[in-house]
Amino acid sequence: MYVAVKGGEQAIDNAHKLLAKKRRGDTTVAELGVEQIRQQLPLAVARVMTEGSLYDEELAALAIKQAAGDLVEAIFLLRAYRTTLPRFSASLPIDTSSMQLNRRLSATFKDVPGGQLLGPTFDYTHRLLDFTLLAEGEYPGPQGKPDATVEACPRVLGLLAKEGLIKEEADTGAPVADITREPLEYPASRAERLQALARGDEGFLLALGYSTQRGYGRNHPFAGEIRVGGVEVWIEPEELGFPIAIGAIEVTECEMVNQFVGSATELPQFTRGYGLAFGHAERKAMGMALVDRSLRAGEYAEEIISPAQQEEFVLAHCDNVEASGFVSHLKLPHYVDFQAEVELIRKLRKPSKEQAQ
Amino acid sequence: MTATSVPATAPEHAARQHWIGVLSRTHRAELLPHENALRDAEYQLIRAPEIGMTLVRGRMGGSGAPFNVGEMSVTRCVVRLADGRTGYSYLAGRDKAHAELAALADAHLQGAQQAHWMRELIEPLAQAQAARRSRQQAETAATKVEFFTLVRGEN
Repeated sequence: MYVAVKGGEQAIDNAHKLLAKKRRGDTTVAELGVEQIRQQLPLAVARVMTEGSLYDEELAALAIKQAAGDLVEAIFLLRAYRTTLPRFSASLPIDTSSMQLNRRLSATFKDVPGGQLLGPTFDYTHRLLDFTLLAEGEYPGPQGKPDATVEACPRVLGLLAKEGLIKEEADTGAPVADITREPLEYPASRAERLQALARGDEGFLLALGYSTQRGYGRNHPFAGEIRVGGVEVWIEPEELGFPIAIGAIEVTECEMVNQFVGSATELPQFTRGYGLAFGHAERKAMGMALVDRSLRAGEYAEEIISPAQQEEFVLAHCDNVEASGFVSHLKLPHYVDFQAEVELIRKLRKPSKEQAQ
Repeated sequence: MTATSVPATAPEHAARQHWIGVLSRTHRAELLPHENALRDAEYQLIRAPEIGMTLVRGRMGGSGAPFNVGEMSVTRCVVRLADGRTGYSYLAGRDKAHAELAALADAHLQGAQQAHWMRELIEPLAQAQAARRSRQQAETAATKVEFFTLVRGEN
């Protein structure tokens, strides 16, 4: 148990000043600007926005600067700021089918309508350090026809659904549960699970997704489609009475196709896992989609034996703000508590009367 | 920047919905050259620019039931011109000046000078946005690949 302590103001004050000095580094080197972080570390910004649960590139970049590059700390900062803002409304569901694509690929079909669009990717790089980046360079972008266009890219899983090989997703019009207003209760709905996973820690979801591939809750996934690009966000303000666009955000979407389920009355069909994240956040979207699917084990009457299939285990531990908060509190003074433990262990170690004789 | 399909709306709102959409895709720097013209009218702030959030929703599998992804920052503003017309804005981000200019534009666009404002403001902005979209598309299109599967062993 943590017991409140007093004092140490001067030391704390100085520690924070020392942190600011450390963050600044060598003052003969130019200070890093927030706009530079926003422009030049877009993937870090994407992660902080997604897990910080607030799409605001400038604030995410500011949080990264303030946290000296500690992304989990930056996520905490953004989450904390988020609680100070009023919520005006909820958006209409974004339409990822009409995304302005930066990237789109399918690992399930070679020839998908619209084609495979690699976009800006680390895939197919050799993962060799590029020493030319030590110097300032110019990066003119791809060479192609300036009037080239992207063909229509229908959803890959939609093509399977047309043949009845995978179930269509359905919108029943039920109200959308919000875990930031109503605490999670188990069993949770899929909407609640997806909201929790969307804010969840990328590393945790990646590891859990990986565990399903290695046999702990195997469900044989394929990356049916991954899309990265811009979508417009629409709201319907009461005072206007019609929907309006409020701006575009970049999102990453992953649709996994998993092995089939069927029954005596239903022909076998592939199953789905879904991932969606702010910005370009492919690993996060894939991990989320794998875990979304593994958490549907109950729905498909699969034996729940592995961590990635256990809803409460996954949802209660996927939030890195909660997790790092509880782990970090171990650093706070536990002097009284520990003193009691020390006394107890001394008592236990005292030789009993028989032994003493 | 996107070519998102427009949610169904009554036809009488379509024109206003269009210019609000164009304004939502502007950068503040693009409205600044019009600032003097936009502010060259008597107006009052019915709702001073205010920063808040919109809860962004997605759909399961892209087409199914909605779920909450996270919030995004939004700034809103309402202005009223001397003749009573009100202009609204809701813009992604936290730029109050931008939101005020967009609300002023919405108010002006509902008045007798609509054709002027469409010609001077909305149409050039829409063209610039279309050009940005084309450039972005061309860059993406330059990365389109054809994968070949290699046949192993047999003919």
